Amino acid sequence: MIGELGQFALLLALAAAVAQAVLPLWGAQRGQRRWMALARPLAAVGFVLLSTALAALVASFVQVDTSLAYVAANASQELPLGYRITATWGGHEGSLLLWAWMLSAWGALVAARSAALPAAFAARVQGVLGFVAAGFLAFIAFTSNPFGRLLPAPTEGRDLNPLLQDPGMAAHPPLLYLGYVGFAVGFAFAVAALLEDELSPRWTRWARPWVLAAWSALTAGIGLGSFWAYYELGWGGFWFWDAVENAAFMPWLLGTALIHSLAVAEKRPGFLRWSLLLALLSFSLSLLGTFLVRSGVVSSVHAFASDPARGLFILALLAVSVGGSLALYAWRAHRAPPAERFALGSRESLLLLNNLLLATATATVLLGTLYPLAAEVLGGLRLSVGAPYFDTVFPPLMLPLVALMVLGPLVPWARARWAGLRRWLPVALGALAAAVALALGLQASLWTAAGLAAGLWAWVGTLLLAWQQRRAWRQELPLWLAHAGVAVFVLGVTLVRSLEQTHDLQLAPGEQARVGAQGLVFQRLEAVNGPNYRAARATLSWQRDGAAPLQLEPEKRVYGRRQMVMTEAAISRGPWRDVYVSLGDAAADGRWALRVQIKPFMSWVWAGVLAMTAGGLWAVAARRRRPALAPQQLEPTPLSVPTLSTP
Amino acid sequence: MKLSALLPLALAAALVGLLARGLLQHDAQAEPPSPLIGKPAPALDLQRLGGDGTAAPQGEVWVLNVFASWCAPCRAELPVLGELASQAGVRIVGLDYRDTAEQGAAFLRRHGDPYALTLLDPQGRGSLAWGVTGVPETFVIDRRGIVRLRHTGPVTAEDLQQRLLPLIKKLQHA
Repeated sequence: MIGELGQFALLLALAAAVAQAVLPLWGAQRGQRRWMALARPLAAVGFVLLSTALAALVASFVQVDTSLAYVAANASQELPLGYRITATWGGHEGSLLLWAWMLSAWGALVAARSAALPAAFAARVQGVLGFVAAGFLAFIAFTSNPFGRLLPAPTEGRDLNPLLQDPGMAAHPPLLYLGYVGFAVGFAFAVAALLEDELSPRWTRWARPWVLAAWSALTAGIGLGSFWAYYELGWGGFWFWDAVENAAFMPWLLGTALIHSLAVAEKRPGFLRWSLLLALLSFSLSLLGTFLVRSGVVSSVHAFASDPARGLFILALLAVSVGGSLALYAWRAHRAPPAERFALGSRESLLLLNNLLLATATATVLLGTLYPLAAEVLGGLRLSVGAPYFDTVFPPLMLPLVALMVLGPLVPWARARWAGLRRWLPVALGALAAAVALALGLQASLWTAAGLAAGLWAWVGTLLLAWQQRRAWRQELPLWLAHAGVAVFVLGVTLVRSLEQTHDLQLAPGEQARVGAQGLVFQRLEAVNGPNYRAARATLSWQRDGAAPLQLEPEKRVYGRRQMVMTEAAISRGPWRDVYVSLGDAAADGRWALRVQIKPFMSWVWAGVLAMTAGGLWAVAARRRRPALAPQQLEPTPLSVPTLSTP
Repeated sequence: MKLSALLPLALAAALVGLLARGLLQHDAQAEPPSPLIGKPAPALDLQRLGGDGTAAPQGEVWVLNVFASWCAPCRAELPVLGELASQAGVRIVGLDYRDTAEQGAAFLRRHGDPYALTLLDPQGRGSLAWGVTGVPETFVIDRRGIVRLRHTGPVTAEDLQQRLLPLIKKLQHA
């Protein structure tokens, strides 16, 4: 019964989305106010209907209604209640429903907050969102229905993949989708602007908070996914340059470029055209990511079920929305204000460089992700591109970006006035010297030194910048937070990658071993029974000089229904280092393989991501309070030579 | 309308074309011709992971699998290779391509080790002789030491049932 309710709500939501895609757009084109006025109520109706559908699916999971094929494949009676709820998005069908629900939530939010927008523009935004929603809902209803019945119903479900039985599942996919889907709003604003010829700085101010909100959610979502992989996969890595990770990372990179270009476009209308293109492409990359993940054309450790029919459907959707919007861009974008001139070395030129570096980085990741596919299609080769490629090409693009990050907020708009920067030279040289000394002391590579130099410079520079501009903290705090976050992140990644140590031990219960300067005692091993798994739990004591020993309890679990073996690592976190212990297999002589990893500055990676997210969120909140800038403040400053033109 | 404004559209169209072809062709699995098929297997004069001696199997049907710890599809492939070893009763030689001994060993400890022996190929020299274009790649060698099959990309359960197992069974009974 609940399943049918969900099915019904889903189909009604599809109908509402189709109406939302057609009527307001038509009304806006014809100047019909009544048609335009339908946009906001339809968005609200779509949100209510999809909330109903999602709630129905959650309820079916809570009851473990195995007559729904999707529930039977992803839950069982043994599954604890919390994981039954999160199992709702544990598979393809539910993930897509969550995706569609998020889209409708963004749409309803835009509708609620768009009273101040011109009616025709608001109607066009909703029309575009309705179009995307209609495409995805049709996809769900025709190829991936989560409410499909399975008769006769099996007595017990297959249970949720043990990897997904983790609190991370409650937050990572929803946040990731919130970010992914959030770029649809920026996309809708850009398409509406092109349709309406609303190519003015006004548009930038409307779109910017939405892009910032989506970017913050995506930052948090990717960070959480990485954090989760770190503690759950049991071998201590946190980023693998896997196709699915790249799929989320590409929109993030381009979204970061978009945030910065919107900041310029507010002052320099010449950046508007480029911002529009970035807004269209960020969402296109979100769609591409969805396609890559859901179609299975690229092999990945994230084993999602793949089905060519589903792939073709998303590809068609991608072709229509990306192709349509880019054709519109080609047709209309030249009506945007022409590029102004500004000096080489001005803030505009640095932000342009930021955009170029980020766009190149995105292209680099795209190339690495799709190269295996291209090689297979064009040359018949089957190969894989792994971390060595990305580790080689990525740092040279990112480190200049991090280094320039400090200078951007210091130089004035339009003019190159670097005289005031002379006192920053000692900071830069100091950071460089400290980094080289550190790298030499650690006998680390050139790249470690470069990473340390960039990170230290960005960290100290951002602190000094914050001190210098402390009176304007209300306005500037998001920038400081986000930039300091990047600095801490870069330092964390550089240090953990060059200093981490791995010790592989073979110990029987009762034995002990030395790990570096510390001792590790294998106290005991016991069998533990969880709700749906059996586990061997080792209790280890990590002896430290001058401090109480640390208790560490790694486990090896076998999940019943799927007989899947999982390694539950024990992690002791600290501001300076993580101790990460995973339990391997027992040898014939009763000794167990133990892998002890010392990961210095690991927490800094997460702290950096957190600070970036906080910066983005603060910016969204602050922009809602701040009054819009008066038009005369937006007039471009007169120019100077030498000059450079915007893209 | 400026011509340059059409550039994003053109690139997107090319990308969609590529994806569509990839999607439609994906199951066809066009196998690149290998000049090695029907020829004697190149020598494997390489350092062994965790031991000495590099003797490749002789007088039996065996499998060479090229992998690396940095290769995600290789990780996915390992359980299937385990199946292959147990179901067909063949020895699989692992060739650790452009990898360090520590990382290769850690990789196998972590994800399971289906190999009867593992050889290290840090410079990619051994793989060059076999004409390896990327990891993972798998070869089947018959009792007389002749290469009979080359499979590029990860071995899926389907590949195992439809290509590898039938061929190996046939070669073993030949």
